[in-house]
Amino acid sequence: MSMKTSDEDFKHRLTKELENTFMRGAVSSAQERFQTRRLKQADELGHWEEWRLHGEEIRQHVLANLDYYLYQLSENVSKRGGHVYFAQTAKEATDYIQSIAKKKNATKIVKSKSMVTEEINLNAALEQLGCEVIETDLGEYILQVDDHEPPSHIVVPALHKNKEQIRDVFKEKQGYEKTEKPEELALYVREKLRNEYLTADIGITGCNFAIAESGSITLVTNEGNADLVTALPKTQITVMGMERIVPSFEEMEVLVSLLTRSAVGQKLTSYITTLTGIKDEGDTDGPEEFHLVIVDNGRSDILGSEFQPILQCIRCAACINVCPVYRHVGGHTYGSIYSGPVGIVLSPLLGGYDDFKELPYASTLCGACTDACPVKIPLHQLILRHRQVIVENEGKAPVSEKLLMKAFGLGASSPTLYKMATKMASPAMSPFTKDHKISNGPGPLKAWTEARDFPAPNKDSFRDWFKHREKGGEE
Amino acid sequence: MKVTLFATCLVDMFQGDVGKAVVEVLERLGCDLDFPENQICCGQPAYNSGYVKESKNAIKKMITAFEHAEYVVSPSGSCAFMFKEYPEVFKEDPVWGPKAQALADKTYEFTEFIVNVLKVEDVGARLEGKATYHTSCHMTRLLGVTEAPFKLLNHVKGLQYVELPGKERCCGFGGTFSVKMGDISGAMVNEKVHDVEETGADILIGADAGCLINIGGRINRQGKPIRVMHIAEVLNS
Repeated sequence: MSMKTSDEDFKHRLTKELENTFMRGAVSSAQERFQTRRLKQADELGHWEEWRLHGEEIRQHVLANLDYYLYQLSENVSKRGGHVYFAQTAKEATDYIQSIAKKKNATKIVKSKSMVTEEINLNAALEQLGCEVIETDLGEYILQVDDHEPPSHIVVPALHKNKEQIRDVFKEKQGYEKTEKPEELALYVREKLRNEYLTADIGITGCNFAIAESGSITLVTNEGNADLVTALPKTQITVMGMERIVPSFEEMEVLVSLLTRSAVGQKLTSYITTLTGIKDEGDTDGPEEFHLVIVDNGRSDILGSEFQPILQCIRCAACINVCPVYRHVGGHTYGSIYSGPVGIVLSPLLGGYDDFKELPYASTLCGACTDACPVKIPLHQLILRHRQVIVENEGKAPVSEKLLMKAFGLGASSPTLYKMATKMASPAMSPFTKDHKISNGPGPLKAWTEARDFPAPNKDSFRDWFKHREKGGEE
Repeated sequence: MKVTLFATCLVDMFQGDVGKAVVEVLERLGCDLDFPENQICCGQPAYNSGYVKESKNAIKKMITAFEHAEYVVSPSGSCAFMFKEYPEVFKEDPVWGPKAQALADKTYEFTEFIVNVLKVEDVGARLEGKATYHTSCHMTRLLGVTEAPFKLLNHVKGLQYVELPGKERCCGFGGTFSVKMGDISGAMVNEKVHDVEETGADILIGADAGCLINIGGRINRQGKPIRVMHIAEVLNS
């Protein structure tokens, strides 16, 4: 899986997903659940706006001093016996990880959930070497078994599937014979995975936060799978986006508090694990070898640009969980592993406008995402900024739209022309008008009138009424 | 008090009755209204589609049209917010920047103006019925007007209020979004109308013409017996 998850065009993906009523039901009820729990937790914690402000400050401080903290982190990882590799591109990252797998003659690799490894298409690179790669996050595992279906959500990758569908996946692909009860499904996967941890040569994890002052990495899960991935195999590789750093444990605690509440509405997740370096003498578990792969893959281009605030992101998905567009189209419509508002902002920056030019328009700019973001990323403003870039720099806007907007610039700049337009609107629309409404509109109105009526223009504009009235001819 | 009306192009062209209600309510409250003839569209459709350059001409015309005003009042939270966005558009322009700021500072959304400036909560309106209210996104989240409409509606005699489930969720209008992403917009407004229907209300009230044209258009198409009213029309009842 790379960042791009589909070769179909946006329109096709959208049509398919809009017809998927089951997915839409699952997503909207999940959104309600997450939102209620998030608001409840924020309320119980108290002073939520101050927490957000503090979270924003921490993230902005780290980004402003990223060179310093990256250096500090790498020094401290090395001091504790780890290896640090800076990968400028996805290929550099996968090449390096492949080289470790070869050196270790690895045949089996277990992984805990990591979006950045999806971004760099790591599994495919390892499978190319003949390694068996096993995802151990339950959601990721389901998708992997289901012919590598792409995730539809950055925190809950299989959000679009219900328990019956999950049962069918296991039945069809692995001969599962029990019921769709979540407990039975979980037990089944647990038994399957337990043996994989014990026999894996390498464990690969993502990284929620790397702590610069100690050279540690923090992993946040509800399943404890990351703990097994890091405790049992002899070699551990952790892959992180270059911006995922905090200065010290103090800031980590603030961001974890924001993360778990915003992501799933929990005070804490079941497992929050901080690991430092390799297995020490006397330790009963832990890796003998540890590699930290720090991935740039376009991030340093965002740094210093007007899109820099997106690097504040802690991947909690609160924006996705409140997005009214995501609610109806689900994650797969976005065609990127990063969906929802964060995906709209991030995908064109990391993957280019060619593949993701429609995404910035899949937003009503309602601002729900910006309000929900625990680190105060102005998401809807960044989405709008993408539209400006598409029009002004990328030249990717449709010709008809450009003409329309040129006409707008002209018409709107001239009160005379504008007044003429208000007078012309009613007669111009009269062929389409019936009972003061338009039910089958021409041109751009067609899309509108598929689902709803459009009002017919006033015969007399409001301005005429007002003028008439001022002259004493009140209606 | 002299009040300059920024009617918005949607009201000017499609919702004349809303404009009339705004005028009548404000006049009853003692305001002396004027309507600058040179006002056009606020530029939001172009601006929010990424055409900043094209929107600048319209914006300059608007700044000039309202330069003389003491208070600018608009029956749309979204369009009023666009005025608040003008300083951002001209932030590096030494001539238009300060002018944009002056306009932003004196601009109010209709309900906000009545409650916060005129200090009136009971306008003496009466309307019999069971009503629900859609909180428009730009008005609440961007402009920050959350309480004024409810304070005013609370004093409307005969009106029974029921809360709209998911009232903070976007109705799917989003300006050009509604035609550019017509399918998604249609799905969103469909859910919104469903939610309105669930309340059992026979009146849907809102404070933004765009959202009301959208939700009302769907209600019309489905032939639901729900009356769609701008809050100005309710306060003028």
